[in-house]
Amino acid sequence: MVAEKARVLNLVQAINEALDLALARDERVLVFGEDVGQLGGVFRVTEGLQAKYGEKRVFDTPLAESGILGLAIGLAMGGLRPVAEIQFAGFLYPALDQILSHLGRWRHRSRGRVGLPVVVRAPYGGGVHTPEQHADSPEALLAHTPGVKVVIPSSPERAKGLLLSAIEDEDPVFFLEAIKLYRGVRAEVPEGYYTLPLGKARVVREGRHATLIGYGGMVEVMQEAASVAAKEGVEVMVVDLETLVPLDEETLLEAVRETGRAVVVYEAMRTGGFGAEIAARIAEGAIEYLKAPVVRVAGYDAPYPPFGAIEHHYRPNARRVLAALRRVLTY
Amino acid sequence: MKPKVIRYLDKGEFPIGEGEALALYRAMRRARFFDEKALLLQRQGRLGVYAPFMGQEAAQVGVALALDPGDWVVPSYRESAMLLARGLPIHVLILYWRAHPAGWRFPQGVRAVNPYIPIATQIPQAVGLALAGRYRGEGWVVGTSIGDGGTSEGDFHEGLNFAAVFDAPVVFLVQNNGYAISVPRQRQMRVDYIARRAEGYGIPGVVVDGNDVLAVYVEAKKAVERARKGEGPTLLEALTYRLAPHTTSDDPSRYRSREEEEAWRAKDPILRLRKALEEQGLWGVEAEEALLGELEEEFAREVALADQAPEPTPEMIVEHVYKEMGPDQRRAWEALRQGKHVEELW
Ligand SMILES: Cc1ncc(C[n+]2csc(CCOP(=O)(O)OP(=O)(O)O)c2C)c(N)n1
Repeated sequence: MVAEKARVLNLVQAINEALDLALARDERVLVFGEDVGQLGGVFRVTEGLQAKYGEKRVFDTPLAESGILGLAIGLAMGGLRPVAEIQFAGFLYPALDQILSHLGRWRHRSRGRVGLPVVVRAPYGGGVHTPEQHADSPEALLAHTPGVKVVIPSSPERAKGLLLSAIEDEDPVFFLEAIKLYRGVRAEVPEGYYTLPLGKARVVREGRHATLIGYGGMVEVMQEAASVAAKEGVEVMVVDLETLVPLDEETLLEAVRETGRAVVVYEAMRTGGFGAEIAARIAEGAIEYLKAPVVRVAGYDAPYPPFGAIEHHYRPNARRVLAALRRVLTY
Repeated sequence: MKPKVIRYLDKGEFPIGEGEALALYRAMRRARFFDEKALLLQRQGRLGVYAPFMGQEAAQVGVALALDPGDWVVPSYRESAMLLARGLPIHVLILYWRAHPAGWRFPQGVRAVNPYIPIATQIPQAVGLALAGRYRGEGWVVGTSIGDGGTSEGDFHEGLNFAAVFDAPVVFLVQNNGYAISVPRQRQMRVDYIARRAEGYGIPGVVVDGNDVLAVYVEAKKAVERARKGEGPTLLEALTYRLAPHTTSDDPSRYRSREEEEAWRAKDPILRLRKALEEQGLWGVEAEEALLGELEEEFAREVALADQAPEPTPEMIVEHVYKEMGPDQRRAWEALRQGKHVEELW
């Protein structure tokens, strides 16, 4: 059910609105994390929610990520629907044990008795000159964890509907929000409560010569590259995966079959990144359509540089995507 | 100042009613019976790796019986006695230790979750579960347990601090059995009593003789009551000893002496309570024999039940990963059901 009216919102506002609606709709929903209460989160995503719903439903925790994840798991076991914020995805690491050993496993290790409807929101990714550890993209690590879902929206209206689906979902969902997009993208967002299905990729731009595949903060980079290519008469298809787990392999393979050329774009380090998974899926499911090897455009096998002046060399940009396109088009 | 170690047995004191004392005795005896049988089954290859709790019955049973049926326990791998005392059927526990899928889904009425293998991770989860009960107005208390070694993990500290800050209704039992596998407590920490740490979180810390079930039970009851009244968590340290190896794969002779073991055997929590009950005229040889007969029968029945569990099938591997299978699980499920590997479906 999509409400008629739409306003132009940025990603922060859209996510805030989704949280507001979820809190209003279901008493079991709790929002917590570091600084999410009175401050409204360091990015203001939870602004105003504590004032509206009280400290019982929106609260600050001590500074302890493993504690936050463990708390979320226990709350969900007890019948609630926690939405935890981890201040930056790079600070999920202290909580990895809770994630890998428990959050993703409880349903399986209890043979279905204990399901954990937990949502963990975390800002991720670079492009805004953050300090060390604040720009990490750990999505492959999460996607490699059985039992959790991974959602990475690229636009405000999609983010709102996807987050509401994530909160309704009976399984744990990691909801990663590209910091670069928080105030960097604006779009018409329908009013009111609506959900968008998890596990669906979408073609955001049609094209017949090559396919760009990415998600989150890389969607605008891919769009930019596609626009430049269009000026030279090259029609590039752009696929936004949106959900990494479960992966919409059908849409992905279909998009590659149509063009026979694929470039995967992600801002995590290259080796073992989610782009490697995409390339493998394409090799398994569409190799006979390929006219060129699948090329990855990714970060380097190094920590994300905390040095503002050079971070743009690490994070894929339109120029690098265009170079990769040239490679697959002239192979 | 040294904390006082609370103890009733061997002093002729009897702080609880007859019925309660007998229930504690029966539960401990039943647990020990299970433990001995489990070790035998393991040696016959009819159980997987097993973690015995022999010697720690008082700590586990004392806390389990101090909780109400509506409360929860969040145990770790050594807490089989606690699970039994909470009403987990023996055949389910056997299947659990057989690593049979049917033993990994605890019956709905049993307010206990599967034991945890990674050390200390259950602590913050127990806090969350306790807060969920308060939030929902169900008011359940959570009892959770950890070993002395486990208190070195970060999650122990994060969890206790969370519990304190949120006044969570949790009873934290530390079964201080002196060793983390082979590492003695003195090598694990510099503090003499783990319960001292409670002060650092701003919660009460209590030390009990962990082989004195009366002490454990009385103090656990107080802690449960405090929690139920909204007065927050308690850290309860039970000084005890595991008489058996760490697990069936361990050889304790490599790290502790026979004399030490014998000294603790003399403090066996079951014998100590039995002696006290006998002095009160509440127990005797006949009662003991009748109980053992009952336990023998029950165990035989339950093993037979466990043996009847159908063989697990390969497709169970990808079941219950998500509420509904995603495309990747479905493809694998189909292959496994057909007795194939997923690669063969292409
Ligand atoms: C996080 C983690 N690290 C290591 C282990 C391996 N391990 C299993 S039991 C154990 C010792 C635990 O000792 P303690 O907490 O004192 O409990 P006890 O076994 O004595 O009951 C270790 C190191 C583990 N299970 N989890």
